[in-house]
Amino acid sequence: MSALPATPTAALDGVLQRHGHCPTELLQILIEAQDLEGWLPAQTLTHIAQSLHIPRSRVEGVAGFYSFLYTQPVGRYRVLFSDNITDRMLGNTELMDALCRKLWIEPGKLSEDGLVSIATTSCTGLCDQGPAMLVNGRAIGQLTHRRINEIAEMIRQQRPLELWPAEYFQIGDNIRRKDSLLNLDMKPGAALAAVIELGREGWLQEVQKSNLRGRGGAGFATAVKWASARNASGEPKIIVCNADEGEPGTFKDRVLLNSYADLVFEGMTLAAWAVGASEGFLYLRGEYRYLMPQLEAVLTRRREAGLLGHHILHEPCFDFDIRIHLGAGAYVCGEETALIESLEGKRGTPRIRPPFPVTKGYLGRPTVVNNVETLAKTCLIALAGGEAFAASGTAQSAGTKLLSISGDCAEPGIYEYPFGVPIARILEDCGASDTQAVQVGGASGVCLAGYEFQRRIAYEDVPTAGAFMIFDGSRDLFDVARAFVHFFAHESCGFCTPCRVGTSLLQGFMDKLADGHGAKADLADIDWLDRLLKNASHCGLGSAAPNPVIDTLQKFRPAYERRLVSLDFEPAFDLDAALAEARQLTARDDPGAHLHTHEEEEK
Amino acid sequence: MTKQFLLDGQPVPFEDGQTILEAARKAGHYIPSLCWHQDFPPHGSCKLCIVKAAGRHVSACATPAKEGWEVESNTPEMNGERRGLLQMLFVEGNHFCPSCEKSGNCELQALGYEYEMLTPRFRHFFPERPVDASHPDMLLDFNRCIFCELCVRASRDVDGKSVFALTGRGIHKHLTVNAESGRLADTDFSKDDLAARICPVGVILPKGRGFTVPIGERTFDTETIRSRTLKEEKS
Ligand SMILES: Cc1cc2nc3c(=O)[nH]c(=O)nc-3n(C[C@H](O)[C@H](O)[C@H](O)COP(=O)(O)O)c2cc1C
Ligand code: SF4
Ligand code: SF4
Ligand code: FES
Ligand code: FES
Repeated sequence: MSALPATPTAALDGVLQRHGHCPTELLQILIEAQDLEGWLPAQTLTHIAQSLHIPRSRVEGVAGFYSFLYTQPVGRYRVLFSDNITDRMLGNTELMDALCRKLWIEPGKLSEDGLVSIATTSCTGLCDQGPAMLVNGRAIGQLTHRRINEIAEMIRQQRPLELWPAEYFQIGDNIRRKDSLLNLDMKPGAALAAVIELGREGWLQEVQKSNLRGRGGAGFATAVKWASARNASGEPKIIVCNADEGEPGTFKDRVLLNSYADLVFEGMTLAAWAVGASEGFLYLRGEYRYLMPQLEAVLTRRREAGLLGHHILHEPCFDFDIRIHLGAGAYVCGEETALIESLEGKRGTPRIRPPFPVTKGYLGRPTVVNNVETLAKTCLIALAGGEAFAASGTAQSAGTKLLSISGDCAEPGIYEYPFGVPIARILEDCGASDTQAVQVGGASGVCLAGYEFQRRIAYEDVPTAGAFMIFDGSRDLFDVARAFVHFFAHESCGFCTPCRVGTSLLQGFMDKLADGHGAKADLADIDWLDRLLKNASHCGLGSAAPNPVIDTLQKFRPAYERRLVSLDFEPAFDLDAALAEARQLTARDDPGAHLHTHEEEEK
Repeated sequence: MTKQFLLDGQPVPFEDGQTILEAARKAGHYIPSLCWHQDFPPHGSCKLCIVKAAGRHVSACATPAKEGWEVESNTPEMNGERRGLLQMLFVEGNHFCPSCEKSGNCELQALGYEYEMLTPRFRHFFPERPVDASHPDMLLDFNRCIFCELCVRASRDVDGKSVFALTGRGIHKHLTVNAESGRLADTDFSKDDLAARICPVGVILPKGRGFTVPIGERTFDTETIRSRTLKEEKS
């Protein structure tokens, strides 16, 4: 795979053929082309460009954007350790070091025989069963030193993944609290039959009455979004289910797709009925690729049952079908316009808005982008009516919310609550004790301190897309914020100046503090950067990137001040660290091989 | 009645669909830009044109003007943010102006003067970006790229060649050319392409024409970018 022989052109042509030589399929083609050889050699990119009649530079641009596409050789076993803060709290760093030692390689490098490469990746959505990893795209949770030993052995023996113990790949749902959605046991098609009965207009009115708001983060009124797309001109209209779920600490969409896929696909079809859409996409994050076969099977079953395709439930003017498009490791593709670019086979760069997707989305057509949970919830509305739905929750937040709970608690997993539930109640239910802080809404959400635990989950108080990460008294909130800053720097798409450069600068400042070189002046620069990122960024990624720092600086300031050397200015450059490579080369680590920095001299 | 908005307290007339930046410049008010070009749709990436409209930060080049808006642009706050963005662009690349052929004609440098950027403020990134001297007529010095994508757009949309594209992501984003070898000489690039003349900084440079106009007599040596831009765009 790595030291490749001739490019297997026949297989590559098969991939191109399957995708109809269509440039909008470029990302899907690249993903499948990579399956053939494990990475994407330069000749493969050239061949793809020629076959699709597009410039090679465009193909290279796309291949270079996504974390899971490789234009350099990687190991036949490609191990990626999930690196959310919750994985770190469960010891992923030690486990990765152990695996690297056992296989004699360095993180980020390819072993000389091309057998294995080991690196980290952003949150894989397995925070309830971490520490987790992906091996050649397949998820393994609950890593222990014992599992690491076994994995090292199997890699050394070059045992094919299919022959690894099946329990390694078992991903549990960990549903701990059910409410209306998770208790719903619906016969596929029941919600559809109900809305066809209502007619398109009547159905839209029910959604309006339900006060359903988007569960993907922004909380936009679903009925308004659907109505705008319905009234916009342009055909065919598109429904996109956003299953990118990249927000660190969020994994509720994973569970919905694993065990409630019929509700999700039915929800998409309900949206199609309201909007008059005929094409649907499920944009599935690359980390969840292991769900593909079962999701395809559900789609096939629904087609056979007349719930997708032509004349759905024998309704003459109701055609709609769904295709699954894979992402390839890019958090920004959860942003709806970046997602649409990615669906079109491009780099996932957010668009200028307006125009909004409801008027000009996928290929310029009216497009609704909804979160997985939002769409599943529409089944409840179809079955019991809008008013019943609006009756639970709070004034501005109707219905229930799925929370993905992880971190320091006895029972991590999925909890469904009516909106309005206080933080303290949730902490009690999941068996958290000595809680110092909760990060609600993921890295881009808010960090709540003890005095705020009476606040409630609701759009009007603590809004959330679903993540709920718990930190007890033993945790250092600076480390938490720093991990999130690294996440944003890694995931910035690089389009706009403030986010591209600002997230890296912020990372530099946080690292400088972590290394004990921070000065008061750095805190002022951090403040300034926070504000610029918030104000000037092109999309929500950049404007949310400083949130973890802003919150923890305000609420846990001693965690920062502890790290300052009491100077107004400290250079970030560490002379001693600069000699590390020389020490390694000469295999020396004695005192004579170290330079003393002034902190130590002061002591 | 023509519609108007207020820019730093002064009325600016506009037509429907016109952006804040276009309307302002037409009326003789300067808002800076780097990635914007009058012959192309807005790009919205450099954020130098950032203004506050009705209390919210927006890119003036990409935001259609609205009747009655109060827009803040030439204020200490906005100019401070612009200076910060310029500092970011400087430390991100390798800009050694004294030895740069574009010095004096460079928009980034000119904006540095305009917004009184006296220090780089942040640590330098010192990225490794090797120069491509393979082409007989043109040189690519990637060290100075600010990712405005003007060359990308010009080559794709006007020259019909797509010689340039961006690849990589985030801080690792970089310019690439349309050849498997990665060498400009192996593309169909020509010195007569629009893409060969459009770079606002010193990346895409003609070979063998070094310093024909002496430093001190170049575009922005004799006139500020503010007054030059206004003259160009009013006409
Ligand atoms: C950086 C970024 C990442 C996002 N990631 C997701 C995501 O993974 N899933 C999601 O549903 N929405 C995500 N969103 C929000 C989407 O842009 C969009 O608002 C949402 O999908 C709309 O669906 P809803 O109305 O059902 O909430 C993200 C937004 C930003 C700015
Ligand atoms: S804010 Fe960040 S992620 Fe969003 S467009 Fe700008 S660079 Fe890309
Ligand atoms: S080479 Fe010049 S024109 Fe092209 S993106 Fe870079 S700065 Fe812009
Ligand atoms: S000129 Fe407006 S963002 Fe660059
Ligand atoms: S002086 Fe600006 S890039 Fe050379």
